[in-house]
Amino acid sequence: MDELKYMSAIVVEHLSKTYRIAKKHAGLKATLKHFFNREYRYIQAVKDISFTIQPGECVGFLGANGAGKTTALKMLTGLIHPTQGKVQVVGHTPFDRKSDFLKRVTLVMGQKQQLIWDLPAVDSLRINASVYDIDKKTYELRLGELKEMLDLDEELTQPVRKLSLGQRMKVELLAALLHHPEVLFLDEPTLGLDINAQAAVRQFLKNYNQQYNATVLLTSHYMADITALCPRVLLIHEGGLLYDGSLNGVINQFAPYREVKLELEEEPQRQQIEKYGEVESLEGHVVKLIIKRKDLTKTVEQILNDFTVLDLAVSDPPIEQIIGRLFKQGVQV
Amino acid sequence: MIGLICRRAKTYLGVYYAYMLEYRAEIILWMIAGAFPFIMMEIWAQHAAQNTTGEAVGLSVVTFYQYFFAVFLVRQLTVVWVVFEMEGDVVLGRLSSYLMHPIDPVWRHVAKHIAERFTRIPFLIGGVILFFYLYPQAWTQWQGSLGDLALAAIVITLVFMLRFALQHTTGILSFWTERASAIESFTFLPYVFLSGMLAPLDVYSPKVQAIAYWTPYPYMIDFPAKLMMGYDFPPGMLALRFSVLIGWLVAIIIINRLLWRAGLKQYSGMGA
Repeated sequence: MDELKYMSAIVVEHLSKTYRIAKKHAGLKATLKHFFNREYRYIQAVKDISFTIQPGECVGFLGANGAGKTTALKMLTGLIHPTQGKVQVVGHTPFDRKSDFLKRVTLVMGQKQQLIWDLPAVDSLRINASVYDIDKKTYELRLGELKEMLDLDEELTQPVRKLSLGQRMKVELLAALLHHPEVLFLDEPTLGLDINAQAAVRQFLKNYNQQYNATVLLTSHYMADITALCPRVLLIHEGGLLYDGSLNGVINQFAPYREVKLELEEEPQRQQIEKYGEVESLEGHVVKLIIKRKDLTKTVEQILNDFTVLDLAVSDPPIEQIIGRLFKQGVQV
Repeated sequence: MIGLICRRAKTYLGVYYAYMLEYRAEIILWMIAGAFPFIMMEIWAQHAAQNTTGEAVGLSVVTFYQYFFAVFLVRQLTVVWVVFEMEGDVVLGRLSSYLMHPIDPVWRHVAKHIAERFTRIPFLIGGVILFFYLYPQAWTQWQGSLGDLALAAIVITLVFMLRFALQHTTGILSFWTERASAIESFTFLPYVFLSGMLAPLDVYSPKVQAIAYWTPYPYMIDFPAKLMMGYDFPPGMLALRFSVLIGWLVAIIIINRLLWRAGLKQYSGMGA
């Protein structure tokens, strides 16, 4: 491992994970067959991925459902063992579960909670403080800091079950960060939150990343999380790593099309304009078309010939739309 | 290191005691549900009272009162449910959060069980007073000395550890099978038959007794109950009983740790 890798917060080399899943068809005959002679199929959830992340970097893990993001995250946190490959996080092999490793990382899962449901959150925080061997003074200090950053106060003395989803996620974050981890693994941290709560969580993560130079690896279905937090993204598709680079680079590599907004003098019929490109929207005189980059000049020329155009604007489609389209249509490499 | 362990234990117990107090009504119901020994007591005591000798299988009515009262106490103080929690943790992926902590998740379960015991004890004291009020002869003819009770307390602690370790080990099987609690239900049969819950083991044939005492089950009820009652063990027998009990405990803990390590390799963090 070269020096750069040695200094990295996360090093992943040729990581793969294969699950063995029992096959079962419907019906009584199949059930009996399944009982006596079980057949298995093998699913390669993660295929030979490699990347490194430097300390303080904030990286988004992008991929459709089932692409392998969460499996990769579970291997990075040591929850599951890889089938092949190497992982080093803060110099440790995660699944060795060394105390020093566990004290330097955290995992926040949007759909799972570590707080004790029937007790006030402060009780769960006391447990975490003792588990991470945080003395009383440091605990009070960190609690104060994080409370302020997350805009929490009385919520901590209410039973967790009485908190709203947004409040609970903030408290989850507080609990997960009380030991000041160097590496944050965040799996859908804004899942199910309303827009205000999402924005608050995003802002907090941004501040935390900047203030403590923490390394963040984030998966999210909300592109706003990625665009707000992650200058770099890893695009994973069917278990393989397709792209590792800047968010804007995704557009160049995977979105070879542009958005053309037209204001026409006469209201067009949909079938009239469909031949020029994919109609993204048609509202009265205003049309938004998605046109392949290579055909852009020729198509715009044709439109200008065929219609009286009052206004025309060409832009890159929003990143949300690009990623959405990528996942919906499948990634073409 | 010891200071850290004490601080952790204090926090865990304090928090989980508060947690258990939230469920105090449920704990009372569990206690009442554990009154099965009193049903067996009535059956055996009635049987003895109807005999002209006033005894059944060589034991008097009062002995049955005392034995099943001791059985009730032992069961109340050694009750465990960790297999169900482990099964939920593994199958629903709750374990993922606990595995991220730099402490073995088993300590969370241990703390819950001990805290539950502290919550249960005040109600248990009420139950003891009520029993001796209803059956005063059981109190006046009690043979067990304070020394016997102290020895019984040590054995009850070991029995709790044994039952916990056994159930936790069964719970670890959730890494391989989704219904480890079904395996636990299966072991309930030998537990009921061989532990002394239905009757003191003296009622069984010498052959059955000889086999039973090499299994862990008689140590879970019969042995501590008899210690509490001041049972006069033949020379060397007490040491043998202790040795077998500790032997089982050590063996189960070793198996538990080996299975835990193997199980973690199987874990897929389901639902997470």
